[in-house]
Amino acid sequence: MIELDDVCRSYTVGDSEVHAVQHVSLHIGAGEHVAIMGPSGSGKSTLLHILGCLDRPTSGVYRFRGRDVGMLSDDERSHMRQHEIGFVFQFFYLLARLTAGANVELPMLFAGVPKSERTRRATEALEAVGLGDRIHHRPDQLSGGQRQRVAIARALVMRPSLLLADEPTGNLDRSSAEEVMTLLERLRAGDRTLIVVTHDPEVARRAQRIIRMTDGRIEEERV
Amino acid sequence: MKGGDLFAFAIGALRGHRLRTSLSVAGVAVGISAVVALTALGDGARAYVVREFTSLGSNLLIVIPGKVETTGAIPFGGVTHDLTVADARSIAMRVPGAVRVAPIAVATEAVHWEDRSRSVPILGVTAAYQRVRHVTVASGRFLHTTMAEGGGQELVLGAKAAHELFRGANPLGRIVRAGAWRFRVVGVMAPKGRSLGFDFDDLVFIPVKTAMRMFNRTSLFRILVEVPSADELGPVKRRVIRLLAQRHRADDVTVITQDAVLSAFSSILGVLTLALAGLASVSLSVAGVGIMNVMLVAVSERRREIGILKALGATNGQVLGVFLAEAVVLSTTGGLLGLAAGAAGVRVFVALYPSFPASPPVWSIAAAMGVAIAVGVGFGVWPARRATRLDPVTALRGR
Ligand SMILES: Nc1ncnc2c1ncn2[C@@H]1O[C@H](COP(=O)(O)OP(=O)(O)O)[C@@H](O)[C@H]1O
Ligand SMILES: [Mg+2]
Repeated sequence: MIELDDVCRSYTVGDSEVHAVQHVSLHIGAGEHVAIMGPSGSGKSTLLHILGCLDRPTSGVYRFRGRDVGMLSDDERSHMRQHEIGFVFQFFYLLARLTAGANVELPMLFAGVPKSERTRRATEALEAVGLGDRIHHRPDQLSGGQRQRVAIARALVMRPSLLLADEPTGNLDRSSAEEVMTLLERLRAGDRTLIVVTHDPEVARRAQRIIRMTDGRIEEERV
Repeated sequence: MKGGDLFAFAIGALRGHRLRTSLSVAGVAVGISAVVALTALGDGARAYVVREFTSLGSNLLIVIPGKVETTGAIPFGGVTHDLTVADARSIAMRVPGAVRVAPIAVATEAVHWEDRSRSVPILGVTAAYQRVRHVTVASGRFLHTTMAEGGGQELVLGAKAAHELFRGANPLGRIVRAGAWRFRVVGVMAPKGRSLGFDFDDLVFIPVKTAMRMFNRTSLFRILVEVPSADELGPVKRRVIRLLAQRHRADDVTVITQDAVLSAFSSILGVLTLALAGLASVSLSVAGVGIMNVMLVAVSERRREIGILKALGATNGQVLGVFLAEAVVLSTTGGLLGLAAGAAGVRVFVALYPSFPASPPVWSIAAAMGVAIAVGVGFGVWPARRATRLDPVTALRGR
C-alpha cells in the first residue's frame, strides 16, 4: 500500500541544512499496524507528514497504492487527504469555535456531503468513540482524552484506508492514553492501515511492527 | 462544498472573532456612510437650486438693462439706455408670444405704521406680477395696477412684513407710510418662504410707476416676460431683443432664460457632487486598507486553521472560498450598516433643514456598495491567497 523509495526531507536553516529524514525506504502493506519510535528530533513527525500528504519529500519517491504522490496536483493531494487518509495530531487540532459535532463534520463539509447525512455520520462517529452525549460541547468543555477522541472520530468519519497518528497519547494521562489506544485498535477495522508515532513502549507493543528512527534514518525494524 | 455551507462556515468564523469582525465592519460602514451622506448633500444642493429656479417659473424671459457678453452670469457694466415701463408695454403689445409682461422696480425703504417701522425691499410691480410669479394672496387682493396706469397709492404686504408691522392687527384698509408717501394696504400675501437667499415674505408691493417716482428712478430693475411654453423661449427672446434694439437704437439689454442659468448652476453643482463622491471614495479606500490589515492579521492568526482545513482535505480553492465568503459577508454587512447610518444622517439633516432636499442619488448607493464589496473582497482575499497555497504542515506550524 505504501512504498517509500530513498525518501529525504531536509530544511535549510540559515546557512546549514537540517536533514530531518534521510534515505528512508519502506514498505507497509494494507491492514498493517505499525509503530514508529525514536528520540525527539529523529524525524518521526516529518516522515508521518510525508506519508499523510501534508508535506513533500525533498527527494525520493512516495507511492501510495502504486501511484507516485509526487506527481499529483494540489487538488489531487487534497482529494487523497480527504478520502484516503485520516490524521490524528498530538495537539488534537480541533477548531475551538466549533462543537465536537461540527468538528467531526468538517471533512464531510469539504467533501460536499449533504447536511442531514453529515449530522448522522458525525453522530455515529462520536458514538463510536464513546462521546455520543458530547456532540454539542466545544473543545474547551472537554478533557484532553475526550478531545483526542473527537479528533479520532473526525479522522475516521470519511472512512480512510490509512490512519496516521502522531503521538496521539503524548499529551494524555495514562488512563486516557489506554482508552485512546484501545479505541484506535478497535477502529482499525477491515484492512485499514494504522501508523502510530509514539514514545511510549506500552503503546508501541500493541503494534505488529516497530520502526525505530534516529537522526532521520530507519535504524532497525522489529516485527 | 455548497454555497450555503460555505457561508455558514464563514459566518461561524466571523462570529468567533467578534472584535476583528466588528472593526472591519465598522471600517466599511464609515466609508459607505460617508459616500452616502456626502453625495446626498451634493445632490441635494443641486436639486435645491434646480427647484428654486423652476419655482421662479421655467417659461420666463428676464430682460435686464445693460449688455453682458455671456448669458447665465450676473449682468453688470454701464447701462446705456433706461429700461422703462413703456418698453414693457411695447413688448406686451408688439411681441407675439409674450403672454404676460411684468415690469419690476426695486428699492429698500422703511415702512411705518403707527410707532412701528420696518425696513423692507419695496417692489414696484403691476397686477401681472402675481400671475407671472405664481404668488397668492392670503387676505384682501393684489394690486390692480396696469402698465397703462401704473400709479396709485395702494400697497400689498408680504406675510412677514405684515406680521412684523401689525402684530396680529388687521392691516387691510390701514394707511402705512413709506418715505414721504402714504399707502393704503389692500392685501396681505400668503407665506412663500425663502428662495435663493431672498425672503419673499419680508417685502411690500406698490404700483410700479409710483415706485419709480418715489425712488426717483428712470430705469426698471427688470422685466419678466412669460411665454406659452419652453419651446418658445428662443423665438420670443429674439423678438424682444429686436424690438428693444429698435426702441433704444442700440443693442443694450440682456435677455436671459431660466434654463441657461439653471444649466450653468446644475453643471457646477454636478461637479461638486462628483468632488464629494471622490472625497468619499478616499474614505472608502481607507476603509479598504483597514479591511486588508484586519484580514492580514486574520490570515496569520489563522494559518493553523488553514493547515487543519487542508489536512482534512479542503482544496486551496475551498479554503480561499471560505475567506472570500468571509470578506463578502464583512463588506456587505458593513455596506448595509453604512447605508443605514448614512441614510439616518441624511434624515437628521433634512429634519434640521427641511427646505434642503438632500437624498443620496441611486448611482452613489450602487457605486458605494460595489466599491465596498470589491474593496472587501480584494483586500480580504489577497492575503489569504498565499496562505492557502502552503503545504498543510507549513501552515500548521502557524508561523
Ligand atoms: N520547519 C522546519 N524547519 C527546520 N527544521 C525542522 C523543521 N521541522 C522539523 N525540523 C527539524 O527536523 C528534525 C526532525 O523533526 P521532527 O520530524 O519533528 O522530529 P520528531 O517528530 O521525531 O521529534 C528536527 O531536527 C527538527 O528540528
Ligand atoms: Mg514529532
